[in-house]
Amino acid sequence: MKALTNVNATSFAEAASAAQSARQQGQAVAFSAGGTDLLQQIKDGTDNADVIINLRTIGDGRSIGSDGAGIAIGGLVTLTELSQDPLVLSGLSALAQAADSVGTPQIRNVATLAGNVTQRPWCWYYRNGFNCFKAGGNECFSVNGENGQHAIFGGGPSYIVHPSDVAPALVAFDAVFQVTGPNGDREVSAEDFFVLPITNPERENSLTENELLTGVRIPTVSSSTVSTYHKIMDREAWTHAEVGVAAVIQRDGNQVQNAKVVLAGVAPIPWRVQAVEEFLAGQQIGEAVAREAGEIGLQGAQPLSNNAHKLPMISAAIERAILNLAAG
Amino acid sequence: MRDDKKQGKRSEQAPDQDPAVKYVDPLNPKQQSRRDFLEGTGTAVVAGAGISALGFPNAQAQSSTSGSRTAINVTVNGTGHSVDVDDRWTLAELLRDELDLTGTKIGCNRGECGACTVLMNGEPVYSCSQLAVWADGANIQTVEGLAQNGELTPVQQAFVVNNGPQCGFCTPGQLMTATALLNRNPSPSAEEVKDAMVGNLCRCSNYNAIVEAVVMAGEEGGVA
Repeated sequence: MKALTNVNATSFAEAASAAQSARQQGQAVAFSAGGTDLLQQIKDGTDNADVIINLRTIGDGRSIGSDGAGIAIGGLVTLTELSQDPLVLSGLSALAQAADSVGTPQIRNVATLAGNVTQRPWCWYYRNGFNCFKAGGNECFSVNGENGQHAIFGGGPSYIVHPSDVAPALVAFDAVFQVTGPNGDREVSAEDFFVLPITNPERENSLTENELLTGVRIPTVSSSTVSTYHKIMDREAWTHAEVGVAAVIQRDGNQVQNAKVVLAGVAPIPWRVQAVEEFLAGQQIGEAVAREAGEIGLQGAQPLSNNAHKLPMISAAIERAILNLAAG
Repeated sequence: MRDDKKQGKRSEQAPDQDPAVKYVDPLNPKQQSRRDFLEGTGTAVVAGAGISALGFPNAQAQSSTSGSRTAINVTVNGTGHSVDVDDRWTLAELLRDELDLTGTKIGCNRGECGACTVLMNGEPVYSCSQLAVWADGANIQTVEGLAQNGELTPVQQAFVVNNGPQCGFCTPGQLMTATALLNRNPSPSAEEVKDAMVGNLCRCSNYNAIVEAVVMAGEEGGVA
């Protein structure tokens, strides 16, 4: 591995300041929590960090707690902790299931909520050193290349798909993201946190270069709300979603009062399918309704030359997720 | 650096544990271990110089720029070590190259194969994907920490009985993940074993035998 300097941060604010000063001295900086993906990127040369700001020495950001307003989850909570926490399991099933579907136990034991949500894309061009939009270049090689894993919604000029399973669940739960930077703290809704390539083709979210995601807050979920994350992969485990669906439904018996449905693996950001949400409101959950919701989920789809296989997966994933949430 | 006597002693002890494996290999009548043999012929020196050319880590050899160094304290298999580490060293490199614990294997060196799995504070992690400096203050267990006084743990013994290792390269990582599983779930079902060990690949595809070994270890009383 290239020569680098590890800096142990003791607070998020200190981490942001340390990143700012290192950058002012001309050094490339990376924040690290679990570090698994970052180290591979450094070894591969797709991340050229001279300085790693190590966040695991920070005491904050490791707890999951509830108050009158909802559930607060620290950014440094590991995916293993997230998938096993009683509060998350009881009230936020989709989030626990999404966390549990990531990678392998070894990865989940160190990987964090914030790291999963802010990880870089897994497009094979970007990961193999092509000078694409994500690497600061001016081209998306998937357009005329191998695009079997690329975006069906929201693409252009880059066609990456957002790699996180956790992020769609957070969007579906209307989470608020907490961000710390050299100039202080700010909050942004999960939906506004992620940005389409038409806005910024180089980055996947609204973090500026010295900012970090430090935690999320999820507004109180009613006791009549149920949720699930359904992930379809091209093998049984240990990979990103071909298609994932986070569905959060507030229901009265089997009647849907309110639905949030967010897709993974098909767009450069967690992709809300509002047409499905609107269709579901007022419907009785059942096989015909679930099937129709799956078909509606394809509205606006623009497959590339090699990724149309995801279309029936999108319909099937939505259908299964909704049927999972039928009462009794 | 490496304690040849200790290594040799361990490899000679193993056949005495179980009379069933007491035989003389006609090609290796002195029952030298593969490592003893390689070191005896000087191959190890050549291999050491060539490792970085093959893409395996040799931190000092890979860059002419010297990196930062940090003094850390880490407990490995119950023994405390104070080590001055190069910040770019992975935990796997620290274990293998500095502490001579070469039981931990580096397969893919990118968090995909699981051969380098060790227990960090009791939980399996990929040691190729952790910086050594991040292990400051941690308690690490490697495959060398399993057998005590030459006596295999039940899961190691179950790997022997079920032919868990074929080429054996993934075995140390498999054993560590299985050990963590058995510590928290002393009698796992085959499904639970598969779930827990999904992050350990076996290129020989010996998965059935590995699952059977871990299930057997559970049936026979876990790791303790």
